[in-house]
Amino acid sequence: MNMLYPQFEVIRNPNRCIKCRACEKQCANEVHGYDENLKIMTCDESKCVNCHRCVAICPTRALKIVKTDHTFKENANWTEKAITEIYRQAETGGVLLSSMGNPEQHPIYWDKILINASQVTNPPIDPLREPMETKTFLGKKPGKIERDEKGNLIDNLPPHIELNMPVMFSAMSYGSISYNAHAALAKAARELGICYNTGEGGLHKDFYEYGANTIVQVASGRFGVHTDYLNAGAAIEIKMGQGAKPGIGGHLPAIKVGADISKTRMIPEKTDAISPAPHHDIYSIEDLRQLVYSLKEATNYKKPVMVKIAAVHNVSAIASGVARSGADIICIDGYRGGTGAAPTRIRDSVGIPIELALAAVDQRLRDEGIRDKVSIVVGGSIRNSSDLMKAILLGADACYIATAALLALGCHLCRTCQTGKCNWGIATQREDLVKRLNPEIGAKRLVNLVTAWNHELEEMMGGMGINSIEALRGNRLMLRGIGLTQKELDILGIKHAGE
Amino acid sequence: MEFTANTTYYQQLQNQIRNCDDKEIIIKELYGQRYIGCATSDKNFKLYGTAGNGLGQYNNGSTIEVFGNCQEAVGDTMNSGEIIIHGNCGDACGYGMRGGKIFIQGDVGYRAGIHMKAYMDKFPVLIVGGKAGSFLGEYLAGGLIAILGNGAQGKMPCSYFCGTGMHGGKIILRCDEKPEGLPEQVLVNEMNEEDRAELTPYIEDYCKYFGGNVKEILSNRFYVLTPNPNSGYNQLYTFE
Repeated sequence: MNMLYPQFEVIRNPNRCIKCRACEKQCANEVHGYDENLKIMTCDESKCVNCHRCVAICPTRALKIVKTDHTFKENANWTEKAITEIYRQAETGGVLLSSMGNPEQHPIYWDKILINASQVTNPPIDPLREPMETKTFLGKKPGKIERDEKGNLIDNLPPHIELNMPVMFSAMSYGSISYNAHAALAKAARELGICYNTGEGGLHKDFYEYGANTIVQVASGRFGVHTDYLNAGAAIEIKMGQGAKPGIGGHLPAIKVGADISKTRMIPEKTDAISPAPHHDIYSIEDLRQLVYSLKEATNYKKPVMVKIAAVHNVSAIASGVARSGADIICIDGYRGGTGAAPTRIRDSVGIPIELALAAVDQRLRDEGIRDKVSIVVGGSIRNSSDLMKAILLGADACYIATAALLALGCHLCRTCQTGKCNWGIATQREDLVKRLNPEIGAKRLVNLVTAWNHELEEMMGGMGINSIEALRGNRLMLRGIGLTQKELDILGIKHAGE
Repeated sequence: MEFTANTTYYQQLQNQIRNCDDKEIIIKELYGQRYIGCATSDKNFKLYGTAGNGLGQYNNGSTIEVFGNCQEAVGDTMNSGEIIIHGNCGDACGYGMRGGKIFIQGDVGYRAGIHMKAYMDKFPVLIVGGKAGSFLGEYLAGGLIAILGNGAQGKMPCSYFCGTGMHGGKIILRCDEKPEGLPEQVLVNEMNEEDRAELTPYIEDYCKYFGGNVKEILSNRFYVLTPNPNSGYNQLYTFE
């Protein structure tokens, strides 16, 4: 007996199907089959994850995947999801595990914020004609201008990250995603003049050449962390938390730790890679400061140090502490941020929206007079250039994107990364699947995406009559809320539309 | 080159060391300055006084000998090299250490040897002459920790939560009776000949640095903690 009815149905149009069996070859979940005797295509939809690989590859468009209309007796409280989760846990005794970002119906504040434009006075600028500055520098701003006895300017600028546009690819480890996915991100970051992030998986020897466009991460497992690694990137990021699973560590199962990943993470093959929930050398802001400065010491004060935290209830107080820890850049990850695997309950009910977290942090740091001590980078989730624009207007210096980048590489958000059988060659280490993702084509698609966003950013800036990203940052007068309560508007620090 | 640290700020002291090409570095009157030997690879440090936090953090091959006590995060994320402490050591010693050896003559604080891991020719070793605090060897993934229990009068030489989440490596404790109350992630056995052979060269080093008799130390009763394969991370999850 199986109480779990398949979620999807595979609909095959027999008039169009030419029995080429491409779907069968492409599906790592082994949904499709061929009956030699009856000469018909068969399918086991119970294995289908709705990743659309077969649909996209079918030469005659004979396939589609639909949600099953098989149903429980309707119940607004005990939904199908709630019931089937109970069945799964009753069957296995296991913690429910999910991947990618929080899919639940919580408010998306980006969609309730509107951007301003100029009319008549302070006229709009046409970005086709006028230069538009989207170059972004991340790091501490010096408190004062210093001059030597001859009156010449002393260069007292702390180390910075220089980006052509205020976007970076956020942390995804080699292990959670494939070699080819990392290659595509690294190539695209170099071409765009931005950065990608290694995540907590070390840096593959082939990717040291992209160092100037790489952020190397130091997380609680310290995988692959050694002196060459720390000095390889443009900056070092200490990962304290992640939006998808605040307060939770990570676990790359032994089965995924193959030869190549073992080398990059610097752990033996086929052993579990456990990232503990806390850094056991950090129990306070003072301890964090100690790790920050150890990294500065290890790199001779040449690299900015970033500290990534999840957006949780007291995020502004935490960020204030982080700003005082000596970190150059604070990264805040909202509760819609993606993951290769996280306990479902934590992904869906821990943390707060990035829009509110960002507004609260920016305001707190301004109130305390320390906003210039750090740059703010936000992620989780930035879906398009207007989300990006709104984030900058709320006070971010730049945004991290990851789910959007994976979508550009072909991800269909089927949210089964944890199985390691990604048909699109992204969240897998299986050689036959990895090679489906061509790094050159992937890089091109990422470059296209970010370039398009940058054009849109310039258009919106022009519309506001602003020609530099610096003049946008924290300019909340350019935002209005729609359908928000006074409390929400107060937290976001914006007026309601019409005000 | 010989430095006198006294009240010099650590960043200034570290700069002086960075700008010094000498392999041999002697520091006198060290009063808790941080990060000595951090991310260095070919130096020989001799430190007199008290070493501050982050001693030998990311150490990549240097030898650091401390004639005095040490504070927190000694050998944090160390890759190779050796740290020898003629005294006691603070908390979070050897955290995430991948290779190299740390010898402590006296006691070590809380959270020693957490998440040590071995890799290819790298094998981290932490030898403590005295006792250890709570959380010893949590999340241990590889390498060897030995607590020799001087001053413990044959009782378990470490405090609570030893080996929680352990999934690799080995912890050796000197005590007269089988340790009780350990988490389900660890198996406890009396030391066998194979373990003894593995431990012996490190005890020889220990005696070379701090004195003592190898045979006498090894004649004590030791218990060995290894990960319990039936209590791993495998059966923890079900999928959405």
